[in-house]
Amino acid sequence: MSGKPRLTYCNGRGRMETIRWLLAAAGVEFEEVFLETREQYEKLIKDGVLMFQQVPLVEIDGMKMVQTRAILSYIAGKYNLYGKDLKERALIDMYVEGITDLMQMILMFPFSPPEAKEKNLHSIEERATNRYFPVFEKVLKQHGQDFLVGNKFSWADVQLIEAILTVEEKVPAVLSGFPQLQAFKIRMSNMPTIKKFLQPGSPRKPPADESYVETVLKIFKK
Amino acid sequence: MSGKPKLHYFNGRGRMESIRWLLAAAGVEFEECFLETKDDLTKLQKDGSLLFQQVPMVEIDGMKMVQSRAIGNYIAAKYNLYGKDLKERALIDMYVEAVIDLNELLMTHTFQPADKKEQHFATIVDKATNRYFPVYEKVLKDHGQDFLVGNRFSKADVQLLETLLMAEECKPDILAKFPLLQSFKVRISNIPTIKKFLQPGSQRKPPLQEKDVPKLMKIFH
Repeated sequence: MSGKPRLTYCNGRGRMETIRWLLAAAGVEFEEVFLETREQYEKLIKDGVLMFQQVPLVEIDGMKMVQTRAILSYIAGKYNLYGKDLKERALIDMYVEGITDLMQMILMFPFSPPEAKEKNLHSIEERATNRYFPVFEKVLKQHGQDFLVGNKFSWADVQLIEAILTVEEKVPAVLSGFPQLQAFKIRMSNMPTIKKFLQPGSPRKPPADESYVETVLKIFKK
Repeated sequence: MSGKPKLHYFNGRGRMESIRWLLAAAGVEFEECFLETKDDLTKLQKDGSLLFQQVPMVEIDGMKMVQSRAIGNYIAAKYNLYGKDLKERALIDMYVEAVIDLNELLMTHTFQPADKKEQHFATIVDKATNRYFPVYEKVLKDHGQDFLVGNRFSKADVQLLETLLMAEECKPDILAKFPLLQSFKVRISNIPTIKKFLQPGSQRKPPLQEKDVPKLMKIFH
């Protein structure tokens, strides 16, 4: 046993990608087990390893953790990425939850029917540019600091840089009205742990393609 | 200014109900401001009160908090309902997140089109009795304690009770195979703050009726 956290999920982004980002940002090495077949998944359920019969699963510090937010909160708390007090934690939580709503749209996108894809893409762009990015642009402008909360690197910064890069994959010019976010993006991308994660060969996964969608449906669809 | 938390939402359960439960369980009095029309929502959006232009919004300790999980986490931590350390918090979070998933199913039942309702009901019952309830039944059986985590009352107990009662509204005998959940339900319901919240006249909201759906759609769509 290596002592490193062990992640069990499909070989793609999905709900595990944010966890990969956070561990990487914290400089924590981890192992991965990839689900490829329904049999593998059913075996995990039969072995009683998945508390609610679902992945993501992260084995960490003797726990078999499930539920994405629970896992992220634990990692953030453990590696000091959760602010210095209750009020900073409240801000981080609000920012993270807002970004998660935006990421949820992107998560579901590959699984939407072809005729809905254009409309969904437009919704993602609309929400990013009208609801979510303006908030963080304003936060950064108002306090003039490098990080979103408490002048210190936190889970909120990791969540935001992930969201920016992910939306940019779909909407390349999405940051054009947001100079603070452009600078934030460069700043975060240059932090050593994140820079490493953004390099080829890292555990970062590519965007979902048809083969990923097929695998997911094959494993999980009843 | 009263110093009490002030909740902004429509006059119904939705995503605010868990927050009402938590405040009530902690013995915290709160005020409510109900959105009745789309204009009420628009006004809040225009005056910059809603970080992401959405409710729930709770004014508490000088903050205008949004995002139901963020609000729930803050209240739980402030009133010592979040375990004693990171590992207890991890357990509480896992239990609560799953309960939220089940709540989501229960909450959306009223919005299902007529031809999908029966199937949706079957899904609720299946997930509740095969995926979620067995976990909590086992947790209680394994440690034999009164509360889910750390032998102490926490957010996990509050959220689970809320969901058990909602599930029973959906199907009255849904706890038939879960004796420990039945006694949990009785035990937690008898905690003084919760007992008070369960009485008529409290700020607990009734289930959404189909006749209320159009009004709701007008505010939010």
